[in-house]
Amino acid sequence: MCDQTFVAATFGPCDNCTTASPLMNIYIKNEAINYCSFCVEVMACQGLQKGESLANLKRECESLKKKLEEERGKLNDVELHQVAEKVEVVGALSIKTRRVLKGHGNKVLCMDWCKDKRRLVSSSQDGKVIVWDGFTLNKEHGMTMPTTWVMACAYAPSGCAVACGGLDNKCSVIPLSLDSNENLAAKKKTVAMHTNYISGCTFTNSDMQLLSSSGDGTCALWDVESGQLLQSFHGHTADVLSLDLAPSETGNTFVSGGCDKKANVWDMRSGQNIQSFECHESDINCVKYYPSGDAFASASDDATCRFFDLRADREVAVFQKDSIIFGASTVDFSLSGRLLFAGYNDYTMNVWDVLKGNRVSILFGHENRISRVRVSPDGTALCSASWDNTLRIWA
Amino acid sequence: MDGWMDGWMDGCFQKNIPNQTVKSFMTKIPSVVTDTLLCSEESAVVCSVPSTAEAMHIGSLIAAQGYFFPISDHVLSLKDDGTFYRFQAPYFWPSNCWEPENTDYAIYLCKRTMQNKTRLELADYEAENLARLQRAFARKWEFIYMQAEAQVKIDRKRDKSERKILDSQERAFWDVHRPVPGCVNTTEMDIRKCRRMKNPHRVKKSVYGLAEEGTQSQSPVQTPSHHCRKGTKEDVEKEILFLNQQLDRHCMKMSKVAESLIAYTEQYMEYDPFVTAPEPSNPWTSDDPSFWDLEASKEPSQQRVKKWGFSLEEALKDPAGQELFLKFLESEFSSENLRFWLAVQDLKRMPQQEVGQRAQDIWAEFLAEGAPSSINLDSHSYERTSQNLKDPGRYSYEDAQDHIYKLMKSDSYARFLRSNVYQDLLMARKKGKSLTGKRLTGLMQSS
Repeated sequence: MCDQTFVAATFGPCDNCTTASPLMNIYIKNEAINYCSFCVEVMACQGLQKGESLANLKRECESLKKKLEEERGKLNDVELHQVAEKVEVVGALSIKTRRVLKGHGNKVLCMDWCKDKRRLVSSSQDGKVIVWDGFTLNKEHGMTMPTTWVMACAYAPSGCAVACGGLDNKCSVIPLSLDSNENLAAKKKTVAMHTNYISGCTFTNSDMQLLSSSGDGTCALWDVESGQLLQSFHGHTADVLSLDLAPSETGNTFVSGGCDKKANVWDMRSGQNIQSFECHESDINCVKYYPSGDAFASASDDATCRFFDLRADREVAVFQKDSIIFGASTVDFSLSGRLLFAGYNDYTMNVWDVLKGNRVSILFGHENRISRVRVSPDGTALCSASWDNTLRIWA
Repeated sequence: MDGWMDGWMDGCFQKNIPNQTVKSFMTKIPSVVTDTLLCSEESAVVCSVPSTAEAMHIGSLIAAQGYFFPISDHVLSLKDDGTFYRFQAPYFWPSNCWEPENTDYAIYLCKRTMQNKTRLELADYEAENLARLQRAFARKWEFIYMQAEAQVKIDRKRDKSERKILDSQERAFWDVHRPVPGCVNTTEMDIRKCRRMKNPHRVKKSVYGLAEEGTQSQSPVQTPSHHCRKGTKEDVEKEILFLNQQLDRHCMKMSKVAESLIAYTEQYMEYDPFVTAPEPSNPWTSDDPSFWDLEASKEPSQQRVKKWGFSLEEALKDPAGQELFLKFLESEFSSENLRFWLAVQDLKRMPQQEVGQRAQDIWAEFLAEGAPSSINLDSHSYERTSQNLKDPGRYSYEDAQDHIYKLMKSDSYARFLRSNVYQDLLMARKKGKSLTGKRLTGLMQSS
């Protein structure tokens, strides 16, 4: 369990406007001020002189950035891979394809595991969403969405529903019925509504809340039953392509990555952007937390994957090779966090040693780009979805 | 990719790869390079390509993209069998964002039929494509025919060997944009990225320099109205505020962070099926689901019980662990803490409509005066929480829950780990019997 350094540490009535909300505990001239984030902003803006020009502000911004870099640099006393030299090398991996799931008629864009460790849901470019028992290869449910390019799909924690969305700018939740004759698509309920395509979605710890990311540059938290918007997250300056919920039971944060090359960490309660990382040289296609929740990895069109630690507030490893020249589209960690599985646009997956920074294996098999890679909930298998219309399960 | 290609082509010419002229079908094919030479060149020019398998793979991909091609095959890939390859002309490189229209393709196929050479005969799928295009462009066909004739005239003026090279390069271009059925179409784009391409409005330009009627097709992904605003005063002020907050943040030294990451990973490696084989076996490799059956059984394994000792979070995450901890707390008459914590977790997972009522219920059960399961909060938290309850919401109990969690972690949890109920399970001690091995009742259930 990590002691995450949030800015919003307490919850209660604001000293200024008295509404109950997450409070920012700041000190002004040694006096403790407990304002909600809105009041802090108002105060900060009022504090700036009326005649403050844009140029001055930009200069101030630049100098603060430099100062921040300096401060962070002071803590960079060693590299992760250097400390990891004492760690034993990972033994040779013998990962092979154990199942090939055929049935989609077009590119498979997304997949998600069910908590029962064997079922999974996948969605494709032709609008089809299929629920499989990966172990038996049995297709349990099949639905056709009214739109093409279903780029996001997620399994509900209870296993009783799935969510999906894409070019329709909406994310819908579909209850899974045991009656195979029932037309599931008819029962779908629209929950999320954005002004551009849905790039990612996930349930929070229950079937009742859904988190979505969109090409409109925002993320949002929704109440599934009513479709009400509970919280929205603004800060990205371009499409948000991916999001991941922090693994902690007590956590209230998630990370998002986008076309503005930034990865942002958000507080779900207040909508605030807690931390931001801008190290990639191109679009961030995927973000995923390290199992302890203290760090996360990202995959980008710049052909690298990177590892960021939240406590150090910096990038701590870059996974790259001269021979990898195609963009990385997706990443996921093995259960212990030792291995990072990354899918690329060159049809392969590379397996990286997270601590030492080197590549331990390449997995060939797919005949087109890998769009999504996910380790099963108990870590026994890895599923990859590809533009070659198939999914593969590896172990 | 372009820079890479330039370097590679330069490398090839610099190393004086013998530009062989090969006698084949009674004609000479100039400017070719064999694939094995290509691959070994790869390992020289791209010095960090570790294996031939990888080199072949990347090579195939670059070929599929259209940067070089086999001189006598429509399928663009790299094979280790001594076939000859040629570099593609930069004019035709995919980085120029070509999106050739069907009219261009029709002109090309039509031109091929006019040239009356066996080596230029249409393949089956090309003949089919031509027939389909003739039907589609029935009215425009005269125009297309004329353009094809014009192209043939221009071609005839060229030097014979130059023509052969250009013909092959043109054919390879079309192999990329109109691939052989069954081959991957490498020009397919991820729809999310379409908008921001070099050619965002996808204005079509003709490969043969024809003046098009200016057909502009909109990207199916709607262009956003104004979410890309940047650099306004408000934005900069916000950024300054954000940077100041970041400067106030207390961060950890890298050495400490590294130790923490290593410690976590090492602790969990025995539970990671990719690193340590699960027992009895990984269901996916052995097709035997007993591993899952055992995990679901009421009796947890010794290994699983050990995990509960890693952190309070791990103990609570596992339903069996949570149950045991609750039982332990009941024996100490302090179960209300855990029950409160669980109730607040539930509260946060409820549908919005039910939140208000549930928040009130929790107050009545745990915090009100004379509450049946009264929990112990410091006066500050208590005050704050009661204030929050004036407008009850999902997060009204954040403070209180955090406080109670810390209490359990530092106090009850530590005692739990030392308790008999836990230690018995951990050491696999069971009512006098001393079992070796990792399974408790599993062994006895073998029938």
